[in-house]
Amino acid sequence: MKSTFPESPGDLEFGEIAFQDTMIKSVSGIIERYGRDPSRLMDILIDTQAEFGYIPRPVVSFIARDLTISAVDIEQTLSFYHFFATRPSGRYTVYLNDSVIANMMGREEVARTFEREAGCRFGDVSADGLIGLFSTSCIGMSDQEPAALINGRVFTQLTPFRVKEIVRDLKSGKRLDEAMVEGLGDGANALPEIRSMVRNNIRKKGPILADGYRPGDALKKVVKMRPEEVIAEVKLSNIRGRGGAGFPTGMKWEICRNARSEQKYIFCNADEGEPGTFKDRVILTEYPKMLMEGMAVAGYAVGATQGILYVRYEYMYLREHLEKVIEGGRKKNYLGTNICGKEGFEFDIRIQFGAGAYVCGEESALIESAEGKRGEPRDRPPFPVESGYHGRPTIVNNVETLCSIVKIVNNGATWYRSMGTKESSGTKVLSISGDCKYPGVYEIEWGFSVNDVLEMVGAADVQAVQVGGPSGTLIGPNEFGRTLSYTDLSTGGSIIVFGRERDLLKDVVLNFLDFFIAESCGSCSTCRNVPVLLRQKLLKVLDARGVPRDIDEMLDWSKVLKASRCGLGLTAANPVVSSIRNFRPLYDRKIQHGKDYDSSFDMLAAVRASCDAVGRVPTLMADGGGAA
Amino acid sequence: MNPPIVKFTIDGKEYLAAAGTYIIDVARESGIFIPTLCNIPGVKPRGACRMCTVSVNGRFMAACTTPASDGMEVRTSSPELEDLRRAILEVMFVEGNHLCPVCEKSGNCDLQALAYRYQIMVPRFPFQFPHRTIDAANPRLVKDHNRCILCKRCIRTVKDAKGRSFFAFRRRGHKIEISIDHEMADLMTDEIAGQAADICPTGALLRKEGGYRIPIAERKYEKVAIGAPDGTDTR
Repeated sequence: MKSTFPESPGDLEFGEIAFQDTMIKSVSGIIERYGRDPSRLMDILIDTQAEFGYIPRPVVSFIARDLTISAVDIEQTLSFYHFFATRPSGRYTVYLNDSVIANMMGREEVARTFEREAGCRFGDVSADGLIGLFSTSCIGMSDQEPAALINGRVFTQLTPFRVKEIVRDLKSGKRLDEAMVEGLGDGANALPEIRSMVRNNIRKKGPILADGYRPGDALKKVVKMRPEEVIAEVKLSNIRGRGGAGFPTGMKWEICRNARSEQKYIFCNADEGEPGTFKDRVILTEYPKMLMEGMAVAGYAVGATQGILYVRYEYMYLREHLEKVIEGGRKKNYLGTNICGKEGFEFDIRIQFGAGAYVCGEESALIESAEGKRGEPRDRPPFPVESGYHGRPTIVNNVETLCSIVKIVNNGATWYRSMGTKESSGTKVLSISGDCKYPGVYEIEWGFSVNDVLEMVGAADVQAVQVGGPSGTLIGPNEFGRTLSYTDLSTGGSIIVFGRERDLLKDVVLNFLDFFIAESCGSCSTCRNVPVLLRQKLLKVLDARGVPRDIDEMLDWSKVLKASRCGLGLTAANPVVSSIRNFRPLYDRKIQHGKDYDSSFDMLAAVRASCDAVGRVPTLMADGGGAA
Repeated sequence: MNPPIVKFTIDGKEYLAAAGTYIIDVARESGIFIPTLCNIPGVKPRGACRMCTVSVNGRFMAACTTPASDGMEVRTSSPELEDLRRAILEVMFVEGNHLCPVCEKSGNCDLQALAYRYQIMVPRFPFQFPHRTIDAANPRLVKDHNRCILCKRCIRTVKDAKGRSFFAFRRRGHKIEISIDHEMADLMTDEIAGQAADICPTGALLRKEGGYRIPIAERKYEKVAIGAPDGTDTR
């Protein structure tokens, strides 16, 4: 048994000889493109998949030999990321979002229609090899769900009718963009380099999303300042990381500035994967120049010459757009050498795509991924500001943080602090979705209450609000007076509204647990297992087999996750804990009271296997089936 | 230049160490037992098993990946920590298929020894009874996924002359498993195969053609319980 991918049907069709004849040249070309550098493995695999539609086993062996690493080293990266395929996955590969919001907006019907029309189940490829159907975690389109990626292109607001049309068009040989009959989205989405039907849905503009941004103003200003002065201004603004963790940005920059190293790196974290978040998508679409200017400002402040924009694979449709903006920045001398005439100010940006892993949003996992490895968070210390990308001091800042910096430089820290609250200065870009009239992107000042938010988005008769995505908190109406801020309800920006008719335990908590189970890197014993065990308990409760002790045990078991390494593990039980804390009656209604343990017994289920084996129909059991 | 010396406390007692020394190593040298399944003295730690979780200034941290620093207050034991470690052990027992009476590693197994120490009778979690495979394709090693606790010890230490790994993780989350590079493994020497089997804390990696060299009752943890001071014979 030599096969690295024993489950792959592709291996049988893919002979070594055919490989050597026709494909060595293109794989060699890909490897050369990245300087035969094993740390660029992500790019090598992404391009390989773009070339062949999947990553054949002989190609893995070839890359391993060529880079003098073991094949399992490649396989461990390859098998970590959701979007890498090791077998043919259809000429058209459909990744249908399976997030809580997608399901609320009618995903189930859309999925069944895909299966019916394509003639295969999810997780499989149609017999003619034309269409592969797969599920995926949130793709950043929560304001226009149900949505799917088909060969990297985004299809939004799907309905069974639209699915029928799309599948019919693909079967008849139409091109993908011809199948997008609704036309193109607003703003930059309609540019020839994007040509996407995605809509921005910008509903409320603040300083970041305001019109009239002039690229280069901030850079021209900082080159007249000393780097220390730039950092002092950022510190004075009191801005904290906008990705969710909320570390003071100025302090991060200062530590990195003081770290002694010949090379330093600026990463922009554009890997927003928290279900319900999509604000970075809009910034990448409409304000990429601001983002890149922010990266260059950071480079100037800390003394880094290389920037890396790490973008989630789901936003691959923005690749050409982002590359064009970088190229434009070089032409304008906002990137390159002697930027804005400043002797010795050198900075350039490359784009690094991920390949489907929520955990890569954690800064050290993101760096591991950019080094071509599995996205497993690192042990800290050392922190990336001391030892990050290739062991060099590295800043990882969120998209929105870097854009805010540009505005702080332009308008001053005092201006910035005049917005928001004392502890939480400035504005926050929110991604709001779910049961509301106006899902979309809103830039608000910190200090808005949840009630303010609900009024703003046109939400009535609200049962619950999820603040901060699955790793955040689920709150009910009695807490809608709380405010969005680092000191009360902290959020990376995801806000999901649930109406009265939603089943919070089944539709929300279960979906969130599934998300954490799918996205755990698996390296901690705790995070790898406890969410799976909690899910079983929750299913027991949902199945009306739970007893009071089950709820206590769910709370107890959740505590085991406190021994996890990173934020994903530490927060993976939050959906369970916060729903028990704030919606206990929902659990109480489902469980059997006055019992210490579940004594029900499903006779039908118990004898099903043996009946199947002998071909007997267990009809006599039918009325006694569920009895104790 | 020598690293600076840091001063901190473990369980209320003051200790000195060179900056950068991991808590678990200070404890080990000082005769304080902190349980671990993934840590190997002298090898870069990975914090995979989380068994060595201690309280550092009131927060849970892995003792194997946290360097001691000035003023740090470390507590290695409390009812909460002991229950946490017991829970982690129980998690490992339910996530795999650990059948000690039929395992060649019984008596030499760190997982089994810790289970005795923590007096685990029945885990609080339901057994998952996962379907796991046994890979016996290699001429020298059997890889039994039923017993693997994914500690990464083999991945981190077993390498060839060029520094290439024989072992690696595959997939992620609860579907993760250890894979072996078959091309390289075919060329594995007896010495490396022995190293791999020895480094494995459970019976997931076993040498072929060499079982039961040490008879039952004469094995490592049958003589001295895990965590007992050196030289203790528990029989």
